[in-house]
Amino acid sequence: MIKARVTVTLKSGVLDPQGKAIEGALHALDFSEVAKVRQGKVFDVELDTSDRAKAEADLKAMCEKLLANTVIEDYAVEIV
Amino acid sequence: MKTAVLLLPGLNRDRDMIAAITKISGTPPVTVWQTDTDIPDVDLIVVPGGFSYGDYLRCGAIAARMPVMGALRRKAEAGVKVLGVCNGFQILLEAGLLPGALMRNASLKFVCREVKLEVTNAETAFTSAYAQGQVIRCPVAHHDGNYFADAETLERLNGNGQVVFRYAEGTNPNGSIEDIAGIVNEAGNVLGMMPHPENLIEAAHGGSDGRGLFESALGITGKAAA
Repeated sequence: MIKARVTVTLKSGVLDPQGKAIEGALHALDFSEVAKVRQGKVFDVELDTSDRAKAEADLKAMCEKLLANTVIEDYAVEIV
Repeated sequence: MKTAVLLLPGLNRDRDMIAAITKISGTPPVTVWQTDTDIPDVDLIVVPGGFSYGDYLRCGAIAARMPVMGALRRKAEAGVKVLGVCNGFQILLEAGLLPGALMRNASLKFVCREVKLEVTNAETAFTSAYAQGQVIRCPVAHHDGNYFADAETLERLNGNGQVVFRYAEGTNPNGSIEDIAGIVNEAGNVLGMMPHPENLIEAAHGGSDGRGLFESALGITGKAAA
């Protein structure tokens, strides 16, 4: 069993209204040092294989085909 | 003129779309379920609005990977007219049939109101019943209609006349870049738009500004009285 964590974030340059709203809420909680917040998604994926190279290739394909919209999002794959 | 409407779980504007097409064309569309791998020979295929798969992951993302989408892609490549409205637009973008993406509204709020649309290209198969630059009324109802495309894509869209509708008179409800409300593909046979023309086709709706889109796509000439 291989466990992986996929992180999907908005590309830089793409406006992130949700991140902005979270930033404003943190300011409202008196975390005045918060300069910027960008939000994203995390997927914890378990793969029924022990082939690490295949798992990495498959996870990349999963990101390209479904998990991320590469028009607006970047992704990172980490085997944990 | 034969039409088809795609059905996927979570869509909820399919009945409005079927009613509008039936009233305007006189013939009910055939319906095609998401697991069907073939779409009958029709002149117009519509992907209606709603919340397919509960908007899970991203709006339209899961619907865009269902078996029927392979058939839709083949029909689109063969030149059959395809219209995606609201969630249907999101699905066409996720399927890669149109460029760009739709993000959460800039206000972060669901918007349900009427907007003004400028017809910025009246020479498409979907807008020939309108005049170039005509401003029409149209309802919107969505949470994720904030159109985004990178600079290169925008340049291509503008250069090819692929932007068909823009929000007019300061009514952009969602923060869409360059007020973009609807675009066609390069071949001009696939249109995606956030507003709902099917909800403004007769007097009972309070107007019939949306009717021209269906009359154009269905080749019905002469605006019927509302």
